[in-house]
Amino acid sequence: MNLKLKALKKSLWVYHLSAGSCNNCDIEILDLLTPRFDVERFGIILAASPRHADVLLCTGIVNKKCVERIKEVYEQTPKPCVVVAIGACACSGGIFRDGYQMAGPLNKIIPVDVYIPGCPPKPESIIAGIVKFLRELK
Amino acid sequence: MNAIYNFVYFILSFLVLSIIGLFVSWIDRKITARIQWRVGPPWYQNFADIIKLSGKEILIPENGNKFIFLFSPILGLISATICGTIIFLVLKKNFGFGGDLILFVYLLIIPSLSIILGGSSSGNVLASVGISRELKLLLSYELPFICGIIIPAIKSGSTTSLIEIIKYQEINGSNILSFSGILGFIIILISSVGKLGVVPFDLAEAETEIAGGSLIEYSGILLGFYKLTKAILFVVVPIFVVILYLGGSEVNSFGGFLIFLIKYLIVVILITLIRNTNPRLRIDQTLRFFWGWLTLIGILGILLTLSGV
Repeated sequence: MNLKLKALKKSLWVYHLSAGSCNNCDIEILDLLTPRFDVERFGIILAASPRHADVLLCTGIVNKKCVERIKEVYEQTPKPCVVVAIGACACSGGIFRDGYQMAGPLNKIIPVDVYIPGCPPKPESIIAGIVKFLRELK
Repeated sequence: MNAIYNFVYFILSFLVLSIIGLFVSWIDRKITARIQWRVGPPWYQNFADIIKLSGKEILIPENGNKFIFLFSPILGLISATICGTIIFLVLKKNFGFGGDLILFVYLLIIPSLSIILGGSSSGNVLASVGISRELKLLLSYELPFICGIIIPAIKSGSTTSLIEIIKYQEINGSNILSFSGILGFIIILISSVGKLGVVPFDLAEAETEIAGGSLIEYSGILLGFYKLTKAILFVVVPIFVVILYLGGSEVNSFGGFLIFLIKYLIVVILITLIRNTNPRLRIDQTLRFFWGWLTLIGILGILLTLSGV
């Protein structure tokens, strides 16, 4: 257990990446920053640029227009970084899995570390998923 | 031998400044959280941020200037540390020369210039918007800031030495205890909010509009250097205001040090309260505010000081 990994677990800066979502998951993510849930107490803040980010929170089915952009953003994020798929669409495709615009769930495009299903997942379950992941991270 | 001693002193003051600065930034974040009815981050949050950033990858943009991109964060950090070193020496009263006040004003500009240099070398469109705003912000707050510095300089018998200003206030009472002193304190407090680049005047790195502005392309420890520079300025600028206006810099005894610490924290908390109760201004509003009302009050303050009120 080295110091830098410990520090990474204590200060996750999040970049919010929407890959063609219906905005429900995005609203739930914004809820996390409100006083009720207050993820800043875990050191999680929203970063403005992917260059500052440690975590990519991806929502939505990945449609064909988004594929290039998602790869670009993933390359722009400095490593080590964590990719979190939020919502049924990003995890598996959800009800859109047979749609003509579907370019596959997120893990076909970039490696995904955490899956948080739900349509949309509750803020509590997003926090619970990330906390479980941080316990596993070594 | 002397050079080695100076170098060690510089490194030591860098460490002390960073630790105090990161801790004070935590106080700022915690107060912000409490005002917004939140719990807020734990005390080691800013230290964890810097250590984490030191372990991240450094990405250099393809169409940028590599040397200036790597060099400018270090330039800002060094100049902020020099400011802090001078202020420590002045507080211990074994260093000082006529004109160190003017040197100080110049040194405080360099961190802003380093942000401008770094942003312009990164070759990003949003960064160029950010540096244009930072440049205008620098132009706008510098005028009232200098007004706020001239007032105590005239009060203390037309001196440009920080030690003379401290000594004058020890004999004649703090500069703030007069009408022109109150005006000057208000001006320099608001201009130092602009200098620190916190919320009402954070348009240069407006995260919601231009995604981090001039710092958009920075990652890893280079971003950490900018965060450290901001943290060190959070030590240096409030102490500068305390020296100029609140007096009482008897730091060599324990009681005096405690009083000095309380004065410093009062200035920090005032800055935090200003930051939490105001929305972000546009650049034209900022310029009008600084060059309009604030400079008028500043000139009024200088005239009042000259007539001895």
